[in-house]
Amino acid sequence: MSAVVSPIREPLVTGGKTYHQITEDICSPTERTPSAAWVLAFIVAVTGLALFVFGVAWTIWQGIGTWDLNRTIGWSWDITNFVWWVGIGHAGTLISAILLLFRQRWRTGVNRAAEAMTIFAVICAGQFPLIHMGRIWLAFFIFPYPNTRGPLWVNFNSPLLWDVFAISTYFTVSLLFWYTGLVPDFATVRDRAKGIRRKLYNFLSFGWTGSAKHWQRWEALSLVLAGLATPLVLSVHTIVSFDFATSVIPGWHTTIFPPYFVAGAIFSGFAMVQTLMIMTRKILKLEDYITLEHIESMNKVILATGTIVGVAYLTELFIAWYSGYIYEQFAFYNRVLGPYYWSYIGMMSCNVLSPQIFWWKSLRRNVFVTFVMSIFVNIGMWFERFVIIATTLARDYLPSSWSYYVPTWVEIIIFIGSLGLFFTLYLIFVRVAPVVAVAEVKSILKAGGDQYIGPNANKTHHGSKEAAH
Amino acid sequence: MSNQKKDILYGLYNDEEYLLKAVDHANAEGLEITEVFTPFPVHGLDPKLGFAESRLHITGFVYGMLGTLTAFLFMTWVFTRDWPIIFGGKPYFSAPAFIPITFELTVLFAAVGMVVTFYIICGLGPGVTIPTLDDRITDDKFCIAFDVTNAEESLTDKLKGFFSQTGAEEVNTKNI
Repeated sequence: MSAVVSPIREPLVTGGKTYHQITEDICSPTERTPSAAWVLAFIVAVTGLALFVFGVAWTIWQGIGTWDLNRTIGWSWDITNFVWWVGIGHAGTLISAILLLFRQRWRTGVNRAAEAMTIFAVICAGQFPLIHMGRIWLAFFIFPYPNTRGPLWVNFNSPLLWDVFAISTYFTVSLLFWYTGLVPDFATVRDRAKGIRRKLYNFLSFGWTGSAKHWQRWEALSLVLAGLATPLVLSVHTIVSFDFATSVIPGWHTTIFPPYFVAGAIFSGFAMVQTLMIMTRKILKLEDYITLEHIESMNKVILATGTIVGVAYLTELFIAWYSGYIYEQFAFYNRVLGPYYWSYIGMMSCNVLSPQIFWWKSLRRNVFVTFVMSIFVNIGMWFERFVIIATTLARDYLPSSWSYYVPTWVEIIIFIGSLGLFFTLYLIFVRVAPVVAVAEVKSILKAGGDQYIGPNANKTHHGSKEAAH
Repeated sequence: MSNQKKDILYGLYNDEEYLLKAVDHANAEGLEITEVFTPFPVHGLDPKLGFAESRLHITGFVYGMLGTLTAFLFMTWVFTRDWPIIFGGKPYFSAPAFIPITFELTVLFAAVGMVVTFYIICGLGPGVTIPTLDDRITDDKFCIAFDVTNAEESLTDKLKGFFSQTGAEEVNTKNI
């Protein structure tokens, strides 16, 4: 059958695809020899990964003294990068879970890749607290395991420990959710493959057959996992914001942090999804599945969350002034006009001002503009975390210990290298797994009730069709 | 599940609409469908096949409660019995501070428990190989299968008649 194009509703999949064409379009990139563009991108990404490995090895070997942190500024690029990556890692689960609960069917085109992105972003994020510990070989101390020191337990009242639980739960649940969605699609790839590839995909597909009972359970499982992941995704960045909000540092100790961090996370996550999707749909020729409609919808989310973040910035300034508390007032004065004023400008212009162009429909639907904007947003959100962390620490209660912080080459290559780690994982994923959820896209191919009868249906089922009206 | 091979008579349909009509037809004629295979979840199929609602979400609730209790009781035990320490002048039993970890473990237990249960009850998992009837079932064909092991000729003929009546694209027999 082929889908009829509804005159009223915009189709979720364009191009009048049949089920078989969907399989063909989405699975074939995993079967072809990689294109030159992919090979080039992979070389660049692996080079980045090598930088990361070198930077991390150097840090572990020499100690985190190589980062030029000082007594005043104990957190800088490392925690900035951590929060930035965790924030990016929010969009995938948001798209797959919250949009599933809201019955936003357009999500099927992008949820697979967005979830993959989430998992890889969380992997990148997890590296930073680990290497920040200094003695990474003692990293297992963060888990409450029975030990010979008493046993001496971890501090369950500490937001840093909450972070350990939040991030590891988030990673595990996202991974399970993503993989369970992938199982039927691996079966599709398996059934198209021969020889060793068939064996490999048979292993990955867990023996999936497409039995109706299995599908029923699979849907029940997806729905409950979505229900669990929805509060989870909101909790993760809330808890990350507690790292700051539960401290007593002026500029950090604010109740606005949780909602403001969550909005910022969704904002940066969607921007990264846009960056990746625009490249993926172009290189893998998936424009019929990841349509302009998707790009526009995500741009609306970027506009909304960017504006929420903007309101939060202004609220912070207002409340600092209104509080009448001079330390809080100074923290914000320093944030805007202090030695790091340039990062505040970067944050404000990239996060608040530039997304406002998405009020125009023609710009929301412009792929090139969206791509450039998505990069801007990611830069802006990195600045936001830098502003919150570095500027606040640089000017503490004691003017004699005020300091200014400049990253060393080690920190710079670790950050650039983490992008290499991320893109290496993403590029491998694109080669191995279907980047669009094949089964789910098939289930939304028919967008309206009138499309539910195939071309030959009038001959055999005419009566029932009439009755249905 | 028996390890003996079965003779399966199956028909492939091109669209889920035909499949749903065929299932109705089979129900009306009192034919016992052994299994239905589809490339994606077809809505409205479960009640026709007489499937009860999945109870997976109940297991999810149980696992979740287990996580809640594990986290909350463990932290309470550590801070009030095993090694009480005062943090920031707060009471030993500072329940609000236990909430984030309690929540995370609730979600973790529920999700991991449900996923593991799902794979176990479906008989799926790493390294499992289940012979399939046709490679196109995971692509674009919708399949109704009947177990015709040791079946009489008349039943087989009746089933074949059913397939041709309901517009099956292909009808085959396979021993799996």
